[in-house]
Amino acid sequence: MSFSKTLITGEEALFKSETLTPMQKLTLRFVVVGLIYFGFVVIEGMLMRLYEVKPVPFITENQFFAILTAHPLVGIFGSSYSIVCGAFLFLVPFLMKKPLWSIKLGNWTFILIAVGTFVFWFAGFISHYAPLYTLYWPLPADFSQFSVWGGTFFIAGIAMVMAGTALFILNIFKTITYTPEGWAKQRCGALLSSALGVTGFNNLFRKNKKEHLVPLPVAAVARGSVDMALNTATILFTGVLILVYMIGSILGYDLKETAIDALLYKNWFWWGLDLIADGLVLIFVAGTWYLIATLITNKPLFMQNIARAALLVELVVSWTVWSHHLLSDQAQPGILKVVSGEMVTAFELITQGLAFFITLATLWSARPLKMTNPLKFLLGGLLGFALAVPAGIMQADVGLNRILHNTQWVVGPHVHVAVLVGLTMTLYSAIYILFPILTNGAKLYSQKLVNIHFWCHLTGGIGMGSFMGMAGLKGMLRRTLYVDGEFNTLMILAALCGTLILAGFIAFFINIVMSVGLKGVLGIFTPAKIKTTDLTPL
Amino acid sequence: MVDSEMVLTGQTIAYTAYCIVIILLVAWFAWKVTGKGDGKGVKPAIFYTFVGFLTVLGVSLHIITYNTIPWTKVDLHRSDYKPDKTFSITVRNHQFILPSEKMVINVNDDVLFDVKSEDLTYGFGLFREDNSLLFQMQVVPGHKNDVIWHFDKPGVFAIRSTEYSGPKGVFMIVKDAVEVVSANTAN
Repeated sequence: MSFSKTLITGEEALFKSETLTPMQKLTLRFVVVGLIYFGFVVIEGMLMRLYEVKPVPFITENQFFAILTAHPLVGIFGSSYSIVCGAFLFLVPFLMKKPLWSIKLGNWTFILIAVGTFVFWFAGFISHYAPLYTLYWPLPADFSQFSVWGGTFFIAGIAMVMAGTALFILNIFKTITYTPEGWAKQRCGALLSSALGVTGFNNLFRKNKKEHLVPLPVAAVARGSVDMALNTATILFTGVLILVYMIGSILGYDLKETAIDALLYKNWFWWGLDLIADGLVLIFVAGTWYLIATLITNKPLFMQNIARAALLVELVVSWTVWSHHLLSDQAQPGILKVVSGEMVTAFELITQGLAFFITLATLWSARPLKMTNPLKFLLGGLLGFALAVPAGIMQADVGLNRILHNTQWVVGPHVHVAVLVGLTMTLYSAIYILFPILTNGAKLYSQKLVNIHFWCHLTGGIGMGSFMGMAGLKGMLRRTLYVDGEFNTLMILAALCGTLILAGFIAFFINIVMSVGLKGVLGIFTPAKIKTTDLTPL
Repeated sequence: MVDSEMVLTGQTIAYTAYCIVIILLVAWFAWKVTGKGDGKGVKPAIFYTFVGFLTVLGVSLHIITYNTIPWTKVDLHRSDYKPDKTFSITVRNHQFILPSEKMVINVNDDVLFDVKSEDLTYGFGLFREDNSLLFQMQVVPGHKNDVIWHFDKPGVFAIRSTEYSGPKGVFMIVKDAVEVVSANTAN
């Protein structure tokens, strides 16, 4: 088969979009858009890496900070949320052995997240609205620095993403608890109790233990979705608050910024944001590790009941850890710094360590395994979190935070290694394992490209995090510019590692396009020809 | 005397060693899990030992730092300490307003920096001439932002905002703002 023919029809013309069910199309749309936004993030990241070495003339300083503001939000919402929502909207019904509650709602989630991300990205691109994702009060309402109209559209875009997220959460819980037409009545309360961990908790005090009605990965999705719901409410509330100031300014009313206490706001916002970083990400990731490990090995999960309990502990921990972001805020009460900031945060070492061990032990029980693509990316994801979580625990210390806060240490070995290596490689593992199921048996174009993707991403991600961390330990701050090239050597090395990540992504992108073909990619976005609520064709 | 440079050196050594060990461990696992297997699972005792190890590690990190990093206790009990010197600093319109052009400190002085913001959230950090960080704190409007620092070596330090406050915040640097001199020089 010629290269151009493969480019059009995909590897061996095996992928036929007209055979896809509406559910397969929905999931693939999420994945494609999520990967396109990941491409945005990698390119934005590279532009910033170059700018950190030497400011380039086609990017102004204000544009740089607008990119810095959009970069993590596009990464989290446009890319990770898209892929996660798509995967879980497919996997929850798959594991519950019943159709998704509402495909229509799933489509709305897709549209709202995809369009909302574009709206806030574009608003930032045009207007240079740049209060960063932290939105420290009263910066988002500082209209002497930022355009009020740009800010209004930016916040509206975020609100669209949150609305899509709310629909996702509703769809997940309804799918777990509803009774499909023609089925015997499902025990809604019992299913919900099992999903949220109430059954498991009560079993501790019962002689006759009740069985778990919901598979473990579904329990992880449900518990992560609780954090997602709380986070959605926090961000929506904050967005409305900021919009009030913006609309006031548009109408000519200068509302008093001091009406809002900056420290209380900071506590509120970090409480909400940590439900993502220290809540749903860790819970979703643990659930995904467990699912992939059991699918790879075809064996039950090691220490299953403890894994369930740990997911519940992680949920409670995620509600009480936010103070580690305020260890350098001197007005923050000391008791909150020590209990929430240090002690509760240290629990994440335990819960994430357990998930790491349980996944490895499950894999170990099925030796010898073949080094498949899902397995190698899973191991990469496990390594990413094993590197990033202890780095986070170190900075969540009153003493160390005094010399690490807001340095490149925080964003390098902790954030970028966790997100790029830990989270993203876990998502790639899930994509590789779902690829044949979602494409009705399409074949990957090139194993060599998979290997290039794997090694470039792994070494690039760890390398970039390492050089950023070294710069942080030498005093380099995040969220600023060093116009005199003070940290150029380390920033050049970090940029070279960033180039590896970009090269890996290009290899992956080419491989996927060549596997399904351009015709196939376009076909994913046309209406499904098969009218069914089944996940895959019979 | 343990200073921030020494603490960071210790951290670098400890974290680098950990990274090497964990990367080798995962590489070893990848090699073994694809090698010959006997189908035997992991013993629960190993699992519980690992849980115990993580618990001890998580708790002991903070106990060790509390007892070895000199500024931790001072930081958590600032009101109990009487500084040798106090500097009141105001931040407004992306500018530090200092009590004097150069703040001079004697070696071994405990100095309180009391920083007030009149508009946005800023940061306040002291940096050595090689750009490394001596210490920092957040400066939140409407709240007291103070830190006590013990200066045990002579040196010249720049003040820089350590928190993003919009693009204008990039230029919030005051070079040679603080000078620490030995007692003899001061006299």
